[in-house]
Amino acid sequence: MEEEETRDYSEPCMQCCIINWGLTDEGKFYCKSCHNVIERTTEVLTSDVVPNTKIQSISKGLRKRKKIDKGWEWYVCEGFQCILKKQAEALQALGVSPQMKDEILCNFWRCYLQKSKQAYCSMPVTDNALISDIGTDVDSEPERISLHGFSSFSESDGDLQTESSFGRVSSIGKASATETTSVCSGSVDGGSYLLKRKKGDLKMSMPMTLSLCYLALLWLREPVTLSDLLRFVLDGHIPYLNAFQCFPEEMKLYGVDLKIFRVESWPVYEDVHKKMYELAAFLDLPCFPAITNSCFLHPNILCIKYLMEANLPDELHNWTCRVVKKINVGETDFLTLDPVNKSTRKVKYDVLAAALIIVVLKLLFLLDDQYEWLHASFARKRNQKNKEECPWFDFKKWYTIIKKSLDVEQKKLDEERARCLWKCEKPLFYSAKEKYIVLKRRQTVVNLQRQFGSLSGSMQVSEKQKPSSFQLNWAEENTDGICFHGHILEGILQEKDNSLTTTNTKYWLCTVKLCNEKICGHLTHYKESDFPQSYQFVLNLFSFLLRVPASLIHEEVCLIEHKLFKTKLRRR
Amino acid sequence: MDSFVEQLTRGAEEEFTEESAWDGSAVRIESSSLPAIHLPVLPRYLQHTTTGGRKATGFQETKTACFNYIHEALLENQWQRAAEFMTAYLETLESTSAEHRMAAPEVVWRIGAEILCHHSKSSIEEFNYFAERIKNVGVKNYLKVCLEHVFHLLCNGLIDDAYRNLSLAEGWRYGEQTAAHDKEMKLIQAYKGLLDYYNWSEKRKAMLELDDDDLAQFVEQEMHSFFRQAAVNFKEIIKIPGVWDPFVKCYVELLEFYEDYDEVRQVLSEYAYNSKFPSNPNAHVYLYQFLKRQGESKKTRIAVLKILHELVPSHELMLEYNAMLQKSKKRKKHRLGLQVIFTVLDFAGWKEHVKAWSCLAKQIKQILENSSKHLYWIMEEWNSRKDWWPAFHFSHHLAKINWQENESLACEKAFVAGILLGKDCKYFRYVSHQGHKAKKGRFQTMKKFVKKHSSSHNPSVSI
Repeated sequence: MEEEETRDYSEPCMQCCIINWGLTDEGKFYCKSCHNVIERTTEVLTSDVVPNTKIQSISKGLRKRKKIDKGWEWYVCEGFQCILKKQAEALQALGVSPQMKDEILCNFWRCYLQKSKQAYCSMPVTDNALISDIGTDVDSEPERISLHGFSSFSESDGDLQTESSFGRVSSIGKASATETTSVCSGSVDGGSYLLKRKKGDLKMSMPMTLSLCYLALLWLREPVTLSDLLRFVLDGHIPYLNAFQCFPEEMKLYGVDLKIFRVESWPVYEDVHKKMYELAAFLDLPCFPAITNSCFLHPNILCIKYLMEANLPDELHNWTCRVVKKINVGETDFLTLDPVNKSTRKVKYDVLAAALIIVVLKLLFLLDDQYEWLHASFARKRNQKNKEECPWFDFKKWYTIIKKSLDVEQKKLDEERARCLWKCEKPLFYSAKEKYIVLKRRQTVVNLQRQFGSLSGSMQVSEKQKPSSFQLNWAEENTDGICFHGHILEGILQEKDNSLTTTNTKYWLCTVKLCNEKICGHLTHYKESDFPQSYQFVLNLFSFLLRVPASLIHEEVCLIEHKLFKTKLRRR
Repeated sequence: MDSFVEQLTRGAEEEFTEESAWDGSAVRIESSSLPAIHLPVLPRYLQHTTTGGRKATGFQETKTACFNYIHEALLENQWQRAAEFMTAYLETLESTSAEHRMAAPEVVWRIGAEILCHHSKSSIEEFNYFAERIKNVGVKNYLKVCLEHVFHLLCNGLIDDAYRNLSLAEGWRYGEQTAAHDKEMKLIQAYKGLLDYYNWSEKRKAMLELDDDDLAQFVEQEMHSFFRQAAVNFKEIIKIPGVWDPFVKCYVELLEFYEDYDEVRQVLSEYAYNSKFPSNPNAHVYLYQFLKRQGESKKTRIAVLKILHELVPSHELMLEYNAMLQKSKKRKKHRLGLQVIFTVLDFAGWKEHVKAWSCLAKQIKQILENSSKHLYWIMEEWNSRKDWWPAFHFSHHLAKINWQENESLACEKAFVAGILLGKDCKYFRYVSHQGHKAKKGRFQTMKKFVKKHSSSHNPSVSI
């Protein structure tokens, strides 16, 4: 029956160019391979008995009502452009140079569109499928107008949606408005966007918008680490969750578009970081501006920041610098991102700095659950005796104070995360059929939220916390002996051949052998119980500060150790 | 190594050719006929054991965390805090995973109801509002939520509201779902019947107080209409196999009021004896009580209690059963009676039941007095109990307590102990000593009796 009715229609599908038609319950044609529904219905022959025509007219009526208000025709890349613009604006509001938005990110984006053949090229890839369908149009318009209205974002502010800025859209609009509009996505190319997977093709995704933003920040050497950026995203300072809300009213989002724009998980550090490098390579970017020792991202400077945040003595900085020098991770060549040179390691600046501090702590205090406590009791006794002098760093005291405040903050953070609301006022629905039920459900949830909100008493109008680079503050004025910045590293150092060395002559390696990343997926495997408590605690502290898994920092620690003890390890 | 493998295969073949252990049905497998094994695909990274299913999204993770916070808050009776997290948790109703979305309404309903039941600022209006919202979240939950809502109203004494809600639910239709909810609908109707019954009994009470005949007639009519509505619904639910005690009881009361005894008998027999129904002791109790009210013959009543004895040997009706068996003329019945009373006393709940002990004492006494022909009855019963009854019933400690709390209990038990364990047993000695001090006459006779019988017939000695 179905075959019979679809046999006569031999046009290939707009989305996937395959001729394999089926009939929906409503009598509409849909492509069996990509599920694209087209505006063609089976025609009930007039010679049929009378009741049939009646059915036809009824179903027609229903169809009209069910059809979603089409809105504008828009492309997926336009959606991302919209989001990127908002993200850039948010970053600018946070104090990033306006250059980032108007010059760097904009250029990167143009470059992306060009490389992915979506615009700025003679034959935009999204059109290929269409062209084969609308053969006559190619003749009349041999030179397809490519996206020409892409001036910088700030200019395109107003006319982002106007047809004049999207010559391509308008031309297709004319040619295909009657044929190509598909029901399963609000955007024109939503369906095909998810389908095509050519080698070397890099598809924009929500996490990748952040990768792109970070590339731009890195280009400008802005004092923002990736972990900072992701933290701002999580805290809602940068649009990400429900970012599609910034779309103009007429850009309808449904069907496959949801898969592209709906966010159901927070961005993952490693993921964004990896995509960042992929993007840099895909865009064929030149070598980035050099990261010298005066840059924020240089480990020596980041270490200061993290030492302050972890409430550790300033004197440790001296030691981190020495480690940096010894293992050459402070070199510009090592730190600067150079997409051309693929052999360079992908530096995670923030994780590197945190790991450096941990390695130094291990060098000085061993962190084997024995040595540091021994020294701590020694330092405590000494501090009690000489109250006037500069206090020695007491690891135990530091631990108690940090642990207390870390536990409080961690609990606060966890609860905040649990309280997080994911859904926006305007719910998304996959198809028109779902619209009613989704809206109804949304309304119920809103009503019940109001009810329970009033029961929870102080309906917490939690003001958006002002974003800060620091999560823990150990202000110097707050003198209850809480701030350790000025404490000195006596008792663990000794002078030897005119230089200070550690009294402690031992060291333990986190791992003797690194794994093969290609086989295991990771260089190391972190199992908490294998390591001393103090080490775990320090890892967890930085894991909290950077909001990355402890295993990631552990991996970096192992790497540093292997560089540091390279010669000794080889000798074995 | 090769030779070792060869040896193995050879050995195996030999084993198969010798059709000794195998009955010929053993399949002979030749290595050449074996199809090549198709190895499964390895995961990309060896270390990562993939657990089944897709990884939870961030949304689900936060909602699970939220659920855990609510759980914690509920356990600690922090209703305000629970409500606070509830506002965030409600979003699970909108989960994009169909599986989670389906499960969400029930979870939300349970948590929400719990919060609203206990929160100081909550009221019945709040609860109603909540229930109405949840009813309409998922079609599947409509009737279940309705029913639980009704229970909540009933607990708060809002019988009229409950009745109205049940009537509304009864009229609920939702296309194909209506059929799927047949059982729930029956339940709704049954509970409506229960409320009809309640109204009926209220009217009955009212009618008894009325003097005016006209008014009484009017009330009686009303009563009758309540009866009809309730009866129809009860009849329906009772057809479905299940445990319907409240409905059955009310239905029986209604029918008996209108003297439809045949129907009662049929309903109760069906309820008790239909094998499709889950075994339910109460069904037999109801039937027995009805038969007793009807003054049925002992034989039929004993038959009912016999089944009850099998189901619940510790049931309180067992004393009655025992009494009926004793009154019978048959020896066999007497013996059964002894068994029944012994079994009853196996249960801790009966330990201090004076009547049960006096029954046992009386029966033992009867057997001993009647000549020792049936002494072996006692011995057989005692055999399986002699290992544990002394500690369970006849310890020195218990003797003390029983004597302090209930002398007549101690007395009956002492008699039994004296017969079963001999006059030297701790329990008997303690109690008889105490009795001697109190100078109570009955102890003398008891002592004499025990001494007489325990010396010659003490089962514990003779076996």
